[in-house]
Amino acid sequence: MTETVFFYCFAALAVAGAILTVTMRNAVHCAISLIASLGGVAGLYLMLHAEFLFAVQIVLYIGGIMVLFLFVIMLVNLEAAARERQFHRSWVGGLLCAGGTGAMLAWFWLRGAGTLRLPPAVQPTPREGGNVESLAMVLFRDYLVPFELASLLLLVAIVGGVMMAKKRI
Amino acid sequence: MNFYLLTLIKMALTALVLLTCCAYAVWVERKVLAHIQLRPGPYRVGPHGLLQPLADLIKLLTKEGIVPSYANPFFYLLAPFLAVALALTAIVVIPFTPEFELFGVRTAIGLTDLNIGILFLLALSSLGVYGIAIGGWASNNKYSLMGSLRSSAQMVSYELPLAMAIVSPLLLVNTLNLREIVELQNGFHFGLLPKWNVFASPVPQALGFVIFLIAAFAETNRVPFDLPEAESELVAGFHTEYSSMMFASFFMAEYANIITICCVATVLFLGGWHPLWPAEYGSDLVPVVLLAAAGLMLLFHAAQAARRRKWDRFTFPVFGVLLLGLAPVFLIPVLKPVLIPFFWFVAKAGFLVFVFIWIRGTLPRYRYDQLMRFAWTFLFPLSLANLLVTGLVVALAG
Amino acid sequence: MPDLAQLLAAEVPLSWYLILSVILFVIGAAGFLIRRNIITVFMCIELMLNAVNLSFIAFSHKLKMVDGHIYSFFVMVVAAAEAAVGLAIILTVFKNRETLEIDEVSSLKL
Repeated sequence: MTETVFFYCFAALAVAGAILTVTMRNAVHCAISLIASLGGVAGLYLMLHAEFLFAVQIVLYIGGIMVLFLFVIMLVNLEAAARERQFHRSWVGGLLCAGGTGAMLAWFWLRGAGTLRLPPAVQPTPREGGNVESLAMVLFRDYLVPFELASLLLLVAIVGGVMMAKKRI
Repeated sequence: MNFYLLTLIKMALTALVLLTCCAYAVWVERKVLAHIQLRPGPYRVGPHGLLQPLADLIKLLTKEGIVPSYANPFFYLLAPFLAVALALTAIVVIPFTPEFELFGVRTAIGLTDLNIGILFLLALSSLGVYGIAIGGWASNNKYSLMGSLRSSAQMVSYELPLAMAIVSPLLLVNTLNLREIVELQNGFHFGLLPKWNVFASPVPQALGFVIFLIAAFAETNRVPFDLPEAESELVAGFHTEYSSMMFASFFMAEYANIITICCVATVLFLGGWHPLWPAEYGSDLVPVVLLAAAGLMLLFHAAQAARRRKWDRFTFPVFGVLLLGLAPVFLIPVLKPVLIPFFWFVAKAGFLVFVFIWIRGTLPRYRYDQLMRFAWTFLFPLSLANLLVTGLVVALAG
Repeated sequence: MPDLAQLLAAEVPLSWYLILSVILFVIGAAGFLIRRNIITVFMCIELMLNAVNLSFIAFSHKLKMVDGHIYSFFVMVVAAAEAAVGLAIILTVFKNRETLEIDEVSSLKL
């Protein structure tokens, strides 16, 4: 019961935030709606016992990426853009494509739900102490190479961002 | 006792104490700054200005709250609420005392015992930037916007050394639960030097502690990193347009942040409620001696209060007797397991708050480019090096 | 003392999370296709990534494996890298063109 109520609250927050992100006129309002949506999804992570991902979602997404977005929005003057037409000329086509994607996903899901056989639980997630420890074990033992590659990717992104934004090195 | 009732009582108590501490932190700050600058500080309202916070509160409550006509009203009002709510929320994971049993109830001072306490704190501290950023943007004022831009850049930059400084003691204690972190810092080297993380055995985290404190100064927007509200450059920074309770909320958020971050530093580095030296050498008597000495000093001063300060002849003895009466409470055996750890925690956190004020009275403000260069080219590599050395030594020793 | 994990014992079925994930993804895709402002388009991409992350974590919870967490962790890392580079590009475009409309930034079009 409690969980259902929580699920509905977080899901409503996520969906409402998402809709406002797409429809709001002012870019700052869009960004803040997106933050609300991300916060709702973070709450769902907590319900799914993904405590570490909850923290990463808030620290990295909301506290990092979205601050960067707000920063850029405040740096560029969007007064003129907010007064102009917000949607593309061919917005009907866009909506149709998106709706079609959704319908396709829903159809796949409806057809495939009966045939989905979940394998029996491999290793029970430890309740005590959260899942941070087991996550770290898997991340640094089985996924070490992807982890290092991800750090390399971040380095490339840093260098690229600096090169792009700075006039003269 | 019912868990929910107990939690409600503890919540009410914590909120009351925290808000009072915020108000009196302002008084302490003004007094300490004044004495650093050789002037008496607030003196008019109550004895030695002790009722000044109350007067400030009444003043701020009764002022008119103005929403500028070009501001965005929803976000303008949301920002101070967000700032103060996030600042006050962070206190819930701080454990103040070990678990104790009082009148048949087993509990501890401190609201929750999250197993991801540190992650929760990091998440909240990274959200703290929004109150300032949204407030500065919604005011529709170029000084506010400049202040909020500066603050978002500053807080995002200093978040990294802060997180790195937090991670290295975590390598030593191997848990994310704040209560367990404190409990693992129990004991003494050679029976004398406490095993706090600052003095931890494989790698002392003194450097990490200093990095944490510097980053904490920047995270709470204090001197020497108070660029977001640099008065001489930006009027008042992000809260230029705010007045009345909305301004008070930002103010309260700042002090609540200071208190919280001092508590976090105490938990992570200074061993929480563990005393500075073992109880065999009489560390339990410290609060008694301190309170008694303060009370006796007040009584002594009351005897020779200057003629011009008439009230001192009445208030000094009253406070002196109060402190003298409070001193033996720390000797009552039933209350001892609560009060002694709580005293040590408050003493350490209070000392750190004093350091915050002390530095404000001592150091000038950084220039903006210096601030950024310091964060990225000095503090961040230093914290990384600290983390690497700690990790290496822990891996080799374990 | 009631534990949060017990309080929120897994009652909500997996399908609800998947439906929510599809809804979020479709909203993000629609925004990506119909908005004209580059920054908002970029935010819609983040929305879609987030929807995918949600389904990863829901499956991971159902399967009692942490691999899904790792995947969504990597998605977040890639999103961070993408945001850094993308926003730098947006800033450069704005500096050169004084506009953020996707229709008007079309010099690569035939």
